[in-house]
Amino acid sequence: MTAAQVVRSEWTKIRSVASTVWTLSLAVVVTIALGMLIAALSRSEFDSMSSRDRLAFDPTFISFAGMSLGQLAMIVFGVLVVSNEYSTGMIRASLAAVPQRGTFLFSKLAVATALALVVSLATSFAAFFLGQAMLGEHRASIGDDGVLRAVIGGGLYMTLIALFSMGVAAMLRSPMLSLGILMPFFFLISNILGNVDATKKIGRFLPDQAGSKIMQVVPPLDDDTPYGPWGGLGIMALWVVAALIGGHVLLKRRDAQ
Amino acid sequence: MIELEGLTKRYGEKVAVNNLTFAVRPGIVTGFLGPNGAGKSTTMRMILGLDRPTAGDVRIDGTHYDRLKDPLTSIGALLEAKGVHPGRSAYHHLLCLAQSNGIPARRVHEVLDTVGLSAVARKKAKGFSLGMGQRLGIAAALLGDPRILMFDEPVNGLDPEGIHWIRTLMKSLAAQGRTVFVSSHLMSEMALTADHLVVIGQGRLLADTSMAEFIQRNSRSYVRVRSPERERLLDVLHGAGITAVENGNGTLEVDGSKAEHIGELAARHQLVLHELSPQQASLEEAFMRLTAESVEYHAHSDTPASAERWGDGWKEGRA
Amino acid sequence: MIEAVGLTKRYGDKTAVYNLSFQVRPGAVTGFLGPNGSGKSTTMRMILGLDNPTAGHVTIGGYPYRRLPNAPRQVGALLDAKAVHGGRSARNHLLSLAQLSGIPARRVDEVLGVVGLHDVARRRSKGFSLGMGQRLGIAAALLGDPQVLLFDEPVNGLDPEGILWVRNLMKALAAEGRTVFVSSHLMSEMALTADHLIVIGRGQLLADMSITDFISANSADFARVRTPDTEPQQREKLSSALTEAGGHVLPEQDGALRVTGLPLPRISDIAHDADVRLWELSPHQASLEEAYMRMTQGAVDYRSTDDQKAGLQQPLPPGAQPPMPVPGQGQPGWYAPPPPQPGGQPFAPPQGAPVPPPAGPYGAPGVPGAAPGVPAPNPYAQPAPQAPQGPAPVAPPPAAPPSAPSSADLTKPEDAR
Repeated sequence: MTAAQVVRSEWTKIRSVASTVWTLSLAVVVTIALGMLIAALSRSEFDSMSSRDRLAFDPTFISFAGMSLGQLAMIVFGVLVVSNEYSTGMIRASLAAVPQRGTFLFSKLAVATALALVVSLATSFAAFFLGQAMLGEHRASIGDDGVLRAVIGGGLYMTLIALFSMGVAAMLRSPMLSLGILMPFFFLISNILGNVDATKKIGRFLPDQAGSKIMQVVPPLDDDTPYGPWGGLGIMALWVVAALIGGHVLLKRRDAQ
Repeated sequence: MIELEGLTKRYGEKVAVNNLTFAVRPGIVTGFLGPNGAGKSTTMRMILGLDRPTAGDVRIDGTHYDRLKDPLTSIGALLEAKGVHPGRSAYHHLLCLAQSNGIPARRVHEVLDTVGLSAVARKKAKGFSLGMGQRLGIAAALLGDPRILMFDEPVNGLDPEGIHWIRTLMKSLAAQGRTVFVSSHLMSEMALTADHLVVIGQGRLLADTSMAEFIQRNSRSYVRVRSPERERLLDVLHGAGITAVENGNGTLEVDGSKAEHIGELAARHQLVLHELSPQQASLEEAFMRLTAESVEYHAHSDTPASAERWGDGWKEGRA
Repeated sequence: MIEAVGLTKRYGDKTAVYNLSFQVRPGAVTGFLGPNGSGKSTTMRMILGLDNPTAGHVTIGGYPYRRLPNAPRQVGALLDAKAVHGGRSARNHLLSLAQLSGIPARRVDEVLGVVGLHDVARRRSKGFSLGMGQRLGIAAALLGDPQVLLFDEPVNGLDPEGILWVRNLMKALAAEGRTVFVSSHLMSEMALTADHLIVIGRGQLLADMSITDFISANSADFARVRTPDTEPQQREKLSSALTEAGGHVLPEQDGALRVTGLPLPRISDIAHDADVRLWELSPHQASLEEAYMRMTQGAVDYRSTDDQKAGLQQPLPPGAQPPMPVPGQGQPGWYAPPPPQPGGQPFAPPQGAPVPPPAGPYGAPGVPGAAPGVPAPNPYAQPAPQAPQGPAPVAPPPAAPPSAPSSADLTKPEDAR
């Protein structure tokens, strides 16, 4: 057996279920639409902003505002790709066909990540250009300093979110449990920790907050973040690697369910 | 050939499979029997490398499962549960399994044809009945044209035609020289299918014998004899030192003597026989006798009486 | 007593059950048989008032189910074993049912004991195996101590001990004078359990008779005859003598002869006249499965009439099938049903069926006729044994290799529920 065979097999798996299409298209639509909406609102409110706020105005980042919601669909995608194997019992057939569990897991992750990367980059660019179009005269240009990095970074960010979810799902196996932990984690806990002063310093080391740094072009005024855009993405990548190692170790050690 | 050596599986304190050693040979259908909780499924999962043995070893044609190159071409298995993504079509389910083992896509069409699912190949598995899911599982087992096949409760959910078909299929696979290992709770079905039996109870090997031997050893067998000259027959048998028990309606039951022996005896004495039939207990009886102590969830045996016992009290109370 | 009169159910254009009239009498176990999609489940659902008949009616003890006074105390049914809230314990599940119909909690513990679930009564039923779920369903059916019991595939998922228990339970319930109505796909199990059979096919009544009558009516009894292994010429001699006397003789795998059309004493006499010693002379009745297959093959299959060539073939004489390899011979029910024959068999594909592609790299090695380059049938679609090359080739070998049963029917779920 070669890894290429397994990758082909995983590609068949991922393209033959409807959840792939609807989770990814939801991620695309929500990210772009919400980004456009918020960009349009910002444009109309720009004139009433304080000069401080105007200084910190980051048109690039604003066009990615939809990602806070769009990433949830990416999480669902990542979770379902892995945990579907368990919830349907397919895992037995899969592991009987591919007893090298490392090959199995990483082929699955490779296929899903590649797909997520393509979709995320396209989403990121679309969200940027459409968002800038809504911003009118306040728009940023792709040629501006740091903007291309932010746009590509947006795609990487969404991809890493999906990959992180896959790692967590590989550890937890149950789709309900995985979603039940990841959704509140990204939607509530990360926000709460990040907005309460006492926990802010911890909060910014969470994967989403660290990773989203890469989408900023204009830093906030009193920015004391101890890492830069790529450093932030690196922190996020460390989280992802940890989740993947956890998933891999547990898959190798456990009996197939 | 599947070889188990000292195979053991513990879950915490509980020993699910205890030091199992046996071999499943090619060319015959080997039945795998045991009460619920005896460890059959665990054993099958360990054979497939899905569960890791606590101790001991399983080899598939001499090789460990995870060293098999393209395992589906060596061993195909139908495991109990459905195990299909409900949103995936039968075709894609088989295709992704085939691709992972380098099996060409046209083989998928072949096996779909074999199990009779071609017409619904593109339908989502969601709408499949238990029997159709079973057929899909059988198709997956056949996919790699393996020399070894393993079926866990294959007739579950099939209708009589389906049951007949799978039985014939398993026999023909064995007749082609393949190794066929099948577990079932249906003794009468097993009696029709299997040539050899492996019986476990509470994780331990209870028997590893041919079907005929198993029944013979675990139950009473006798010969039923009928003759218009009953008295003379009794005399002849008696003269030969054979004891016969009268059965009431004119037949005699002879223990401990073979039918051919009685036939020769009758011929020598010019005795007319109207029946000379060797009788054996059913596989079920033999199995029950062997596994009597190792059964979980014993049902009460006093069911018939229960109606009166409990009924009167509350019925009166309500009246 | 269950009584159906002219029971009919249509779903749009499709008639699931047509003009079904039968009675299920108390004091006996009545088996309910039929191929998949024949309307068994629909009929059961109509008996229980879950579906409304399009025409006709069905009553239990004279009342339609929905008008039965305190129905749960008169009728118990096992329909779908898994119809239990996964988070509820077995005991609470039964308790809620009991409270609905005014049955005291004491009875819940009793039925839990009867089905052998008392040890797990307080565990959530989510963790139950299929067999445990089945036991729970049976407990629910017994709860109201009903006079009429319906079981749909009761042995599903049970282990041998459980199967034996259910069989004895049903017999005991019938012996107490209750009405027991059981559907099952397991012919061998049904043969051991039921006294009476109701067989339907394509929604219509095919048979309503005792099980022994059913088997006799739909299959031929035969005798198994064995001559001394040491003298093969004796077998030849007996075989021709029996054929001369008008019997049908077929060799079996182990060297015995299967004789139809002659009573045992007659065979004995013929053997005596021919000076042949007998090592075995045993009467056999065909299995319920075989009888069932014969009865329903028409009902399953007369819709696929494209098997035109079958008319050119000589039909086999009754009871003259090529024998199967016989494992575990000598037990009751060891007789394997015949391989499919040409002509309307449920599992024979049409004769004009396209020949499958060559076996290719995945074709079975060692399959007879799978020479390289020669279009060979799929190795798996050839489960029929070779026709015997015995001394008396009475039966032509089956013309078409059987493939999966009635592939035309598989667009329809096996359990039309």
